[in-house]
Amino acid sequence: MAKIVVVTSGKGGVGKTTTSAAIATGLAQAGHRTAVIDFDVGLRNLDLIMGCERRVVYDFVNVIHGDANLKQALIKDKRVDDLYILPASQTRDKDALTQEGVERVLQELSADFDYIICDSPAGIERGALMAAYFADEAIVVTNPEVSSVRDSDRILGILSSKTRRAEQGEPTIPGRLLLTRYAPERVERGEMLSVDDVREILAVDLLGVIPESKAVLSASNAGVPVIMDVESDAGQAYQDAVARFLGEDRPHRFLTVPKKGLLGRLFGG
Amino acid sequence: MSFFDYFRAQKKKSAQVAKERLQVIVARERVTRNGPDYLPLLQEELLAVIRKYVEVDNDAVTIQLDREGDCEVLELNITLPDGRGR
Repeated sequence: MAKIVVVTSGKGGVGKTTTSAAIATGLAQAGHRTAVIDFDVGLRNLDLIMGCERRVVYDFVNVIHGDANLKQALIKDKRVDDLYILPASQTRDKDALTQEGVERVLQELSADFDYIICDSPAGIERGALMAAYFADEAIVVTNPEVSSVRDSDRILGILSSKTRRAEQGEPTIPGRLLLTRYAPERVERGEMLSVDDVREILAVDLLGVIPESKAVLSASNAGVPVIMDVESDAGQAYQDAVARFLGEDRPHRFLTVPKKGLLGRLFGG
Repeated sequence: MSFFDYFRAQKKKSAQVAKERLQVIVARERVTRNGPDYLPLLQEELLAVIRKYVEVDNDAVTIQLDREGDCEVLELNITLPDGRGR
């Protein structure tokens, strides 16, 4: 039985797809069979971030409609073993994701995988609700910025009331916060909400903090999940987050501005 | 330069402003989140009724839904202005 994990945020552009790609890749690198599904019907993008856009033949909606089977639609990652991508459809039919269809696909994947990562679209419409509905765990991606934090709180509310677990009266899914685009120097100047501020407002566990980093754009330019850029701060922060997700206790890094003394310059921050 | 710095020092840091605004709005939105869907409408209509008699602010009516054992308690708070009605 796979563990189903939704990566969600409410607000768009905060890093859901970047995070889905990174976490899925990290889990697969740790030896877990992982499938990552793009739930953003109409606006397929996970394939680009994962660098497999030219290998898309069938998609999620094709599988739901029975036009293709899972084996035909799943794209095997060329770099990491045990990593598979199920791309979103580019149909404009927003009702293409039926609850029964999604459930059937997740069940079928469940038999064969350890983790299923559901990359949610922005908003609180059907696609987002479907991505969250069957989840066992949730990663809430948030930027240290007012509208993102407010939307995350909204999403946490939905996770606690509108998922299958909630409807069946089971313990609701523990949403965990992943704070992205964090700029410690701006936090120190009082220009940006600190990680403690966001934690205090949202009152959830912290999975990780990803620093604002040039590596994220470079990685998406190249179609390589940023977690594979092991030299970069963002890549390392995602590796920490994956380790924590798997139960390891790791201290949070990249929360403060590296000291710029002579020694710091000589030996790197 | 130092003249401007003086004013800058008086100003609250923007992150602090953001935090305070978020705390208020998030607290308010959480109240109605798990309640029945009619709560916001109820609040709006109550406000309309009260306004027939007194001039009150938009946030004069607050609704709090609590659970005590098997009972749901709807707590209604109406802040009337200092002066008399119109």
